[in-house]
Amino acid sequence: MADMQRPLSPHLQIYKWQVQMMTSILHRATGVALAVGTLLVLWGLLSLAGGEASFNQFKVCTGSPLGLVLLLGWSWALFYHLCNGIRHLIQDAGAGYAIPQFVRSSWLSVAGSIVLTVLVWAYALMAGGAA
Amino acid sequence: MSAKDTVMKDRRNPLKTALGLGSSQSGVGHWWTQRVTAAALVLLGLWFVATVLCLLHADYATAHAAVAKPWNALLLIAFVLTMFWHAVLGLQVVIEDYVHTRWKEVVLLVAIKFLAVLGALACVLAVLRIALTP
Repeated sequence: MADMQRPLSPHLQIYKWQVQMMTSILHRATGVALAVGTLLVLWGLLSLAGGEASFNQFKVCTGSPLGLVLLLGWSWALFYHLCNGIRHLIQDAGAGYAIPQFVRSSWLSVAGSIVLTVLVWAYALMAGGAA
Repeated sequence: MSAKDTVMKDRRNPLKTALGLGSSQSGVGHWWTQRVTAAALVLLGLWFVATVLCLLHADYATAHAAVAKPWNALLLIAFVLTMFWHAVLGLQVVIEDYVHTRWKEVVLLVAIKFLAVLGALACVLAVLRIALTP
């Protein structure tokens, strides 16, 4: 039986803020957000399979202000999870574990996700205005 | 003395009482599958984003025809299956970490699997219907 009175390790609030904390927390948070976002993919495919009326309704919903805000959030979540996921795969292969590299790759994930989001939305807006 | 007697009487390894809890059931299976689906999703995800960008503002007929193309239908099915699989593996870790009431944890773990299977099957059915409808 484990000793329930054993000392606990200090929790989040005791540590000085570091970028690696944020990238780690964000990876989980965006992962959960993207899991919910699978419903959008499901909805889009079902509406397309359902015929022209349901597909047009899907387009109206995703093109509404609320739809665009959600799409912006989900697109950033996707690109962040993608960039940081590649960073994790590289680290799982055993590379990039020195602390300066770790900090640099953390910032690279954040910056890369923002750049990709801006590029995609710039393309989307130039290709014919907000849906 | 009595402690030594106890040790002598019970010849079973104390590990036996661990009842296969923890990671001893499937080893690195979960971890490895999460990485393999992640690697697949890097490629499939980028393809999906590019495809969606090409179909921005597309009308029904254009979108329908694009999804119906064999390569697109194939990759789309691969994408949704991998997506739901990876989502379940990730949500499972989050639930195991943060839900500390055992029955709630088990209910959630089963619920996300049910939902993911239903979601994946519905997506596949939708793609097949689009691809096989002239």
